[in-house]
Amino acid sequence: MREVVVTGIGAITPLGVGARELHARWAAGEVGVRDGEAPCADFQPYDFFSRKEVRRSDRFTQLALAAAGEAIAEAGWADGAPYPHERTGCIFGTGIGGLSTLEDNFGILRDHGPSRVAPLAVPLMMSNAGAAALSMRHDLRGPVFGVVSACAAGANAIAAATRAIQCGDSDAMVTGGSEAALTPLARAAFSALDAVSQAGISRPFDARRDGFVMGEGAGVLVLEDGTSARARGARVLAVVRGVAATCDAHHLTAPREDGAGAVAAMRAALDDAGIAPDRVDYVNAHGTSTPLNDRAEATAIKCALGQRASGVPISSTKSAIGHLLGAAGAVEAIATILTLRDRIVAPTLGLEEPEQGLDLDFVPGSSRGLDVPVSRPAIGISNSFGFGGHNAVLVLEAA
Amino acid sequence: MSTAETTRIEQIVYDSLKTFGADEAAINRDATFETLDVDSLDLAELAQIVEEEFGVAIKSGDVAELETVGDVVDLIAARA
Repeated sequence: MREVVVTGIGAITPLGVGARELHARWAAGEVGVRDGEAPCADFQPYDFFSRKEVRRSDRFTQLALAAAGEAIAEAGWADGAPYPHERTGCIFGTGIGGLSTLEDNFGILRDHGPSRVAPLAVPLMMSNAGAAALSMRHDLRGPVFGVVSACAAGANAIAAATRAIQCGDSDAMVTGGSEAALTPLARAAFSALDAVSQAGISRPFDARRDGFVMGEGAGVLVLEDGTSARARGARVLAVVRGVAATCDAHHLTAPREDGAGAVAAMRAALDDAGIAPDRVDYVNAHGTSTPLNDRAEATAIKCALGQRASGVPISSTKSAIGHLLGAAGAVEAIATILTLRDRIVAPTLGLEEPEQGLDLDFVPGSSRGLDVPVSRPAIGISNSFGFGGHNAVLVLEAA
Repeated sequence: MSTAETTRIEQIVYDSLKTFGADEAAINRDATFETLDVDSLDLAELAQIVEEEFGVAIKSGDVAELETVGDVVDLIAARA
């Protein structure tokens, strides 16, 4: 199978506009949570789009387009993809899609009747709207579709896009995930599930954790066939060494306590990468700050990585930006790439009181250097799990 | 149809097109929807506004015949 490389990354997150902004501020110990939520407060749609473009897109699509702009520019695609149009595609994840559009139009339906519901309601709310908008903006005419697997969607999308290139269905893919679900319905619904932190604090793996903090944002990666990317002189940021996906087939929301589905995904991803657990230099945990996830994930990491589990630094991006749902896997893949490239492990913020049994190195406190010999590139894994039992794991190597 | 009524139709159509993101300076009777970058989704929304304001139904069959801003103003004026 062909090698797949990352040539561009872009992110809009609660820590600001830009992928490097995210990693730098997280590494500096900054937190993008305010009043118990993590909005992209620095993102102003009119900084990026015309009035027509703003009207033609839900916020989740706007976040996707803005993040893609950064990734596309970094890849050197500003004047168009350096491949035939039909050989470039877009596989893009979201947990929910255009929820605010749906809620707004339901309000119109309730208050004014069916004749006033907007013609734009469906094209804005559909969960493939992000993929469609990216394809139109960047003239991507190969495989283009949305991926929907709750909080694993961003990682599942990257995995599927990687396969599309490896198998030769396309030469390059724009991929990632986006979410903008800080809406009254989502707030109420996640709260009803007892999934959201009542304290309003994201502190993964801490004994006091009481749920996740809802966030929004987008992460976009440009993936290319490695041979083609190098031939055109592209700057390669990372190599997608391995991908895997499994499902718990167990419960609509709760993970298996033994983390078996997550273990299977981590093992399969390492197999796909052709590496043993002792080569893993960093783990970007799913680390939601919910009691169930963090316990099951710690168990899964121990099982999948064996002896290496106790030595590898593990941190959760969600400690800084909350849970970006369908965007989380993509944003965290980007954070992982920057961790491996810069060799700076940002901490699991808010982790002050370890829980018995959660005895791995979750990098509490502050950032530290990644301990990897300069003679070889660093390798990390990024875990993403979602309601529905979805597990997606990426193995990434700094270039 | 009084001049005042036609002016009101024009005003509502122009304001709608502006809301859709069309270049305000380019909006006039002779401007085509193509040059204003107004597409079928915008016209579906315009039809809703027109029905609400004037009780005039513009069907998708009508839309195919409409090329300019003046066309839609005249269609509304003829049916209002």
